[in-house]
Amino acid sequence: MKELLRRLTEAYGPSGHEDEVRDLVRQEVKGLADALTVSPMGSLHAVVNPQGKTKVMVAAHMDEIGLVVSHIDPAGFARFQMIGGLNPQTLVGHRARFANGIRAVIGIEDQEDWTKRATLADLYLDFGVSRAADCPVRVGDIGSFDRPFVGIGPRLIAKAMDDRAGVAVAIETMRRLRRTPHQVQFAFTVQEEVGLRGARTSAFGLNPDIGIALDVTRTGDTPKGPKMAVELGKGPAIKVKDSNLLSDPRLVDLMVRRAEAARVPYQLEVLQAGTTDASVIQLTRAGVPSGCISIPCRYVHTPSEMVDLADVEGAVKLLSAILSRPMDLGRPA
Amino acid sequence: MPAPAARPTRAHLRLLQDLTEAIGVSGAEGPVRAIVRKQVEPHADTVKVDALGNLLVNRRGAGRVRLRVMVSAHMDEVGMMVVSVSSEGLLKFEAVGSIDDRQLLGKPVWVGADRLPGFIGAKPIHLMSDDETEQTVKVESMSIDIGSGSKTAAEAKVKPGDRATFATRFRRLGPSVMAKALDDRLGVATLIELVQNPPDGIELLAAFTVQEEVGLRGARAAAFSLDPQAALALDCTPANDLPSWDGEENIAYNTRLGNGPAIYAADGRSLAHPGLLEHFIHTAESQGLAFQIRQPGGGATDAGVIHVARSGIPSLSLSTPARYPHSAAGIASLSDWRDTARLAHAALSTLTERTLRRS
Amino acid sequence: MADVMLTLLKDLIRLPGLSGHERPAQERIQAAWEPLVDELSLSPIGSLHALKHGSGESPRPSVLVATHMDAIGMMVSVLDHGLLRVAEIGGLEPRVLPGQPVTVHGRRDLPGLLIQPPAHAIPPDDRKGPVAVKYLMVDVGLPPRQVERLVRPGDLVSFAQEPFEQGEDRLVGHSLDNRASVAALTACLVELQQRSHHWDLWAVATAQEEETLGGALTSAFALRPSVAVAVDVTWARAPGLPEHRTFPLGEGPTNAWGPNIHPGVHKALKEAAERVEVPLALEPLPAHSGTDAFALQIAGEGIPTGVLGIPLLNMHTPVEAVSIADIRRTGRLLAEFVAGLPADFLQTLTLD
Repeated sequence: MKELLRRLTEAYGPSGHEDEVRDLVRQEVKGLADALTVSPMGSLHAVVNPQGKTKVMVAAHMDEIGLVVSHIDPAGFARFQMIGGLNPQTLVGHRARFANGIRAVIGIEDQEDWTKRATLADLYLDFGVSRAADCPVRVGDIGSFDRPFVGIGPRLIAKAMDDRAGVAVAIETMRRLRRTPHQVQFAFTVQEEVGLRGARTSAFGLNPDIGIALDVTRTGDTPKGPKMAVELGKGPAIKVKDSNLLSDPRLVDLMVRRAEAARVPYQLEVLQAGTTDASVIQLTRAGVPSGCISIPCRYVHTPSEMVDLADVEGAVKLLSAILSRPMDLGRPA
Repeated sequence: MPAPAARPTRAHLRLLQDLTEAIGVSGAEGPVRAIVRKQVEPHADTVKVDALGNLLVNRRGAGRVRLRVMVSAHMDEVGMMVVSVSSEGLLKFEAVGSIDDRQLLGKPVWVGADRLPGFIGAKPIHLMSDDETEQTVKVESMSIDIGSGSKTAAEAKVKPGDRATFATRFRRLGPSVMAKALDDRLGVATLIELVQNPPDGIELLAAFTVQEEVGLRGARAAAFSLDPQAALALDCTPANDLPSWDGEENIAYNTRLGNGPAIYAADGRSLAHPGLLEHFIHTAESQGLAFQIRQPGGGATDAGVIHVARSGIPSLSLSTPARYPHSAAGIASLSDWRDTARLAHAALSTLTERTLRRS
Repeated sequence: MADVMLTLLKDLIRLPGLSGHERPAQERIQAAWEPLVDELSLSPIGSLHALKHGSGESPRPSVLVATHMDAIGMMVSVLDHGLLRVAEIGGLEPRVLPGQPVTVHGRRDLPGLLIQPPAHAIPPDDRKGPVAVKYLMVDVGLPPRQVERLVRPGDLVSFAQEPFEQGEDRLVGHSLDNRASVAALTACLVELQQRSHHWDLWAVATAQEEETLGGALTSAFALRPSVAVAVDVTWARAPGLPEHRTFPLGEGPTNAWGPNIHPGVHKALKEAAERVEVPLALEPLPAHSGTDAFALQIAGEGIPTGVLGIPLLNMHTPVEAVSIADIRRTGRLLAEFVAGLPADFLQTLTLD
């Protein structure tokens, strides 16, 4: 799992440019799926047990947040806009990587007052060239963080844990799932960070009966952190609500029962800011009861996202427990 | 079919004038729809108006049809809606779509289907304190005066719900045009031309959409019902290419007037389909057509909702630049506008299914 | 017969039914609608679909009337030394919250109090002025260990304000947004027992309006009506509120106008009101309606929509107030509108 996470998180895959990640995933799941297709937007769909009666869509997004070049000045420095939600404070001094391995440093205009917060307008990219003609990128090119994966005991740190951790959980679940009565549609989605766009279109095409997203969530266990009931190392979180999703209560109940039966430590999550693919899956076509299994993660949307290996393993166990047994939800709550 | 003409004709300018002077505020696009209908009906294979007022027109290009392509341009403009009539016969109004409050004061307007001439009144500077002149007047404090003098007289002519726009007449200024609603009557005019002179090998699904300015509403329903294989949104995007105050390089120009039609790599609601993006750039370069890449950042076009319709539709946005959007008058370059039609026509005529595939 | 409507309403504003968790309200509504319609079903996310067949020849067009059954409230986000921190469900007005009685739906229902913490429990910069929801807490008066056994993150917290009447006509309580409209639709169904109508009527109690408009979007997609009308509450006139956006309580419902509204549907509602002498004010909505109609209009290939508004004082507080006469009028208007839809109404709806 650690090695899988290393390969996945170090891959280049900002929203709209997920090809490298998709190829990696395809390699990993080759032979595990009965059907493998790519959607018009570039999401990878891997279906297991197509004869299954209930269609369960499991979504994990392949894309990571990034930057898009908006201007190149005469000296070859580039200005940029965000792809997904970025806090400019977390960018200064970091490195970015573009397609074809092109690298750059994120610099900041001279700050007379160091207590002033950095804004996007203060930042630029330095490609190590001296004039515009030598700049290796064009306006419109997209880059992401450049940072290697590292582990401290069970704590794993990398850029793009959001949501390569979810992708890893999906892949591992596919590997370990012995039997399932359902038609499971593993959807490795694109463009989640810019508006859940891949999941919306994948859900329409796959037309599932139940939707489960796999994503990271924030924790409340850091100094003066958000007041949240989720902590690193206490198990996967079963999401009850986030800013755009009211998880189907019957699905939440089922997840809780499966976690308890499989003796997987779990947490209950209410996230105030942020959402996942599940929120658009729920409102597809005539409606799809949906929920989310979250991997607790500190420092979300920074180059050093931190998860706990036990939580990741727990998510695999929980998802497998859910998928290997019936999912009769009964009347809506 | 021959490529669109590089130079604007009198008929082109006439059509632009009719389109920009029409009142078509979001949700009440009727007058614009009527003009478009008249232009396209003689050429269309089918014409339909849907539940929201989108005008959906089919036209097959010459030769074997390779692709069904939706091309959209929105008929609506930002404007105003009358919300109440005061006891003095003045009209309180609210903006429809986003208009900076500072663009409204002291402007002449046309109100209602009869285009009653009115104005948004402003206090004379002589009677205000310095403090007061430094405050932005909010729209809640403004009124439109149509010269009625009393509530009854006003209510005989106007009612809450009526729309109003800036009273701006179209003018040609040498290589430029000045008009209201260049966003997106420029796109509408381009799309009319594509219906009249369709690209080869394409089944053109021309969608003259409604309510783009209030949330890309019309395009959402239109994309679902047309279910095309690819889509191109023709819109109008700001050119913020004026010099900076401090002489520093302008790094937030978005687009520049005179640099050609603007192709979008990314905006606030979509990331361009890479195959379509490359195809349009390649077409422009190989045919020596002017183009620029619109700066990535915020903003949106109908493509924002079209590309996520159903199972996903490969989409691209192509806009004609104009200065001073969402105000009483914008300025656009005629060559940029002509080149938009030329690039759209050339690129669509050579578009194949292979361009749309993802590995 | 009018008792059905009022009994239902008074029951509903005592029942929880927060966005995403509408079952208690849905079951009560279903019991009231069962004898009034031909078919009942639930959508995958919990909206209630009730079909009353029209008398016209098949295939008949259908009109969908949507009234959202979900209410705003709160959800426990984290336990803090026996006190409960909460997240909003729907849009709350933080200033009305301190001191409100609530029910915490934990392992059992617990009465509780929403409290404004003392100054030291709020960061220094935020101590003056209204206290944001993130600083408020719910106190159920039990020792922390017992709270931990009985309450978990994700448990719902609903308002416990007892409803009351004022005079003959006013009803005051929480969740009148939008149970008042559910009651109006019920009154319509009651009246339609005695009247024939060509068109099929889908009476839909939608889920999740306050958070996502998700119920309306998915139900419209599934049912594909030819026309849709949302009935919701609108703002009643009160001192200090802008006159053009508010409407006097007790002087009838409103008929919305703007980009979210199809002029033909607006007109048909207006004409129906004239026929049954229900006063109906025009409500200009330049942006969008803030109701289920925003989703209904762009579901699938697009649906011609209208919006009726029932004036409501103190919207989104536990002391919302409505005129019962306005609810009855709205019900009568809806019945006349549905019964009055001619077979060829769709053809008359074409926009030029």
